[in-house]
Amino acid sequence: MLSGMEDMLFYDRMQFAFTITFHYLFPQLTMGLSLIILYFKGKFLVTKNIKYNDAAKFWMKIFALNFAMGVVTGIPMEFQFGTNWAKFSELTGGIIGQTLAMEGMFSFFLESSFLGLFLFGEKLLGHKLHFLTGFLVFLGSWASGFLIIATHSWMQYPVGYEILDNGKFVLTNFSALFSNPWLWPSYLHNQAASLVTASFFVAAIGAFYLLQKKHSEYGKLFLTTGVVFGLISSILVAFPTGDLTAKNVVKHQPVTFAAMEGIFETEKGGSEIVLIGQPNMLEKKLDNKIAVPNILSFLTYQNWNAKIKGLNEFDPKDYPKNIPGLYYGYHIMVGLGTIFIGIMLLASIQLLRKKLFQTKWVLWSLVFLLPFPYIANTTGWYTAELGRQPWLVYNLLRTADGASPTVSSGNTLFTLLGFIGLYLLLGMLFLILVGKMIHKGPQTLKA
Amino acid sequence: MEIFWYLVLMFMLTMYIILDGYDFGAGIIHLFFAKKEKDKKAITNAIGPFWDANEVWLIASGGVLFFAFPTLYASSFSGFYLPLIMILWLLIFRAIGLELRGQVHNPMWETIWDKAFGIASLLLALFFGIALGNVVRGVNLGMVENGISKYEAHYFFLPLWNPTLSPHAENLGIIDWFTVLLGIISVVALTIHGANWIIFKTNSSLNDKLKQLIFVLNIMLSALIVLSLSVWHFIDENPFQNFVENSVLLIFPMLMLTGLIGLFRIKSFKKDGMGFLFSSLFLLGGLTSTVASIFPNVLTSTNQTNPSLTIYNTAANDYGLSVGVYWFVIAAILVAIYVFIQYKVFKGKMDDIGYGEH
Repeated sequence: MLSGMEDMLFYDRMQFAFTITFHYLFPQLTMGLSLIILYFKGKFLVTKNIKYNDAAKFWMKIFALNFAMGVVTGIPMEFQFGTNWAKFSELTGGIIGQTLAMEGMFSFFLESSFLGLFLFGEKLLGHKLHFLTGFLVFLGSWASGFLIIATHSWMQYPVGYEILDNGKFVLTNFSALFSNPWLWPSYLHNQAASLVTASFFVAAIGAFYLLQKKHSEYGKLFLTTGVVFGLISSILVAFPTGDLTAKNVVKHQPVTFAAMEGIFETEKGGSEIVLIGQPNMLEKKLDNKIAVPNILSFLTYQNWNAKIKGLNEFDPKDYPKNIPGLYYGYHIMVGLGTIFIGIMLLASIQLLRKKLFQTKWVLWSLVFLLPFPYIANTTGWYTAELGRQPWLVYNLLRTADGASPTVSSGNTLFTLLGFIGLYLLLGMLFLILVGKMIHKGPQTLKA
Repeated sequence: MEIFWYLVLMFMLTMYIILDGYDFGAGIIHLFFAKKEKDKKAITNAIGPFWDANEVWLIASGGVLFFAFPTLYASSFSGFYLPLIMILWLLIFRAIGLELRGQVHNPMWETIWDKAFGIASLLLALFFGIALGNVVRGVNLGMVENGISKYEAHYFFLPLWNPTLSPHAENLGIIDWFTVLLGIISVVALTIHGANWIIFKTNSSLNDKLKQLIFVLNIMLSALIVLSLSVWHFIDENPFQNFVENSVLLIFPMLMLTGLIGLFRIKSFKKDGMGFLFSSLFLLGGLTSTVASIFPNVLTSTNQTNPSLTIYNTAANDYGLSVGVYWFVIAAILVAIYVFIQYKVFKGKMDDIGYGEH
């Protein structure tokens, strides 16, 4: 049985985890897709080939639906800081409120003012101004991502603050929030990962059309574009952005790093990299392990024999709460990321050999892989969030001390169930409508 | 600094109520009065390009509240937990009602989303009025029982209602006869406001009927205002004290009165935008008068043990508030430019613009 307090914390965490996971299924596509739509629209402006404009218009419809879902599921996120994490908000609001308020003022107004013009204003504005509105929507959504990750980075690696006697965090250096060493690697890592989701989506629909022998001309365009963007972005996710992000973790959160990699004991003469294995928390070891010696030391410190601290060197009360979850989150992300690079390399080689459109097994693989970047993005975020536990503000404020003191678990479970029901409905509607759009395919103007 | 951010916050919230308020009003008209498909289309077209940007004023206000007055944000958002989450659900239904209706052409599908949009708009108008009622009535800060706080002095939790529905009960609820009265005022005022927007932005066949409706509703609104003022002393012993001490504040009730009186001339206005101007004045005056009556309190304490929350005891530190002014001024200028562009592109009657597929 959970005690009253732990019970409260459990439902607060479940609600945040559920609503943020569902929410981020949408922005991860729209941030990357906005860039690909701009590419199609830009290519149309240069070549005057109407095919590119049709492509842009087709993806704008899917973008619009995703964007709307992102907006409606995003509002609960901002409210939940206050509703479920009141103590955290009270203590740190002077700092994280700063970046979150900036998000509202700088990105939401920009996006919402120009989204309508972008989606419906092509005739009204002409193609060049239309491109500009698309650029502004892109800018707004990437600025939003930046300010969210600035907030996230402060929680992972707090800077520019002072703690008063009453426990409140106050801001002492505004610019430190943006020169935070955690921020830029994480931001670029996240944006590259968003582009991976969008590229795989576009490539998968292209491959699907070719296999279906429907809309083949657009199928080829989508596939080629998706593969080129996909190759670049899936490499960027791993190197340099993923590499730099991991180095931040090993430097500033060594206990998290040990848990992520599944290192229970410090190894003499360099650490192996674990590919597969199940953390056995009873015996404090990995079951069924497959590992390659010394690689982890090399990747981390460019030294085959560098020492990496195992969990045994830390106080168990500072361990991440959910070590197996963290380990799996990280390994699924890295494993999928490696597969993404592999498939995109193969597809690119076939593209260069002008054989991609006929290589059925690559087309099938790309269709099959459509959901996996979503999984990789989600598990990547779980790695970051579970890795920070048991802290809200790393090493300074524990999660247990951040929940709302007066909101009982019965009320939180009530709203959690409500969100689950509502989001299931939203998810079904979304899938039906996107399926309809893809089935209908790109439409060319009957001139 | 606290006063600056308080004014910013009140400005943004008032903008939100004036802007999204006409969307709620349009939704209520859509629910009860629009029977013909053409009129329904006209109404959704009239708010189509705007509602999403209007909603941003709420989100941005939430952000500014979080950053400038973190203690107030924490206290009120956790204390008003259930109604706030319900407002979120309603905002989601309103949004998908508007967004999804046009995606499938089928009468059942369209009816579902029409009702979602209309009912959510009605309930949102009601809830926001009730919310204002709760803020001025105050709450049992610290959940005091027999003179002892059960929680920290600035935390509380309100259930949706208590069995007596009285604003004086030991255990207050969100819904009592006073807050519901303000909720009804809000519904009536926003219906008028939405009707004015439809008259302003469309040539719908409803427009003449709406002018008649506004006239009738305005009589109701005036009666409700008189009623609320006559019972106001039940929740605030001396609501006029601030206005007596500082007569500059009287400008707010004057604005409200100007709006209310102006609306009686709805049928004789030459320009269709005049009605909207007056209902905006009414909302501006009404909201500012209400919050000015409790200033510098922002959430009144109903017990003797714990002090009310004010702009001073809930604000962030001075450095944070000062540095925020720099980015805020830049952002505010940008927002003004966006709003200018948006309203310039979509100026005039929406029926004549032909706004693509929407």
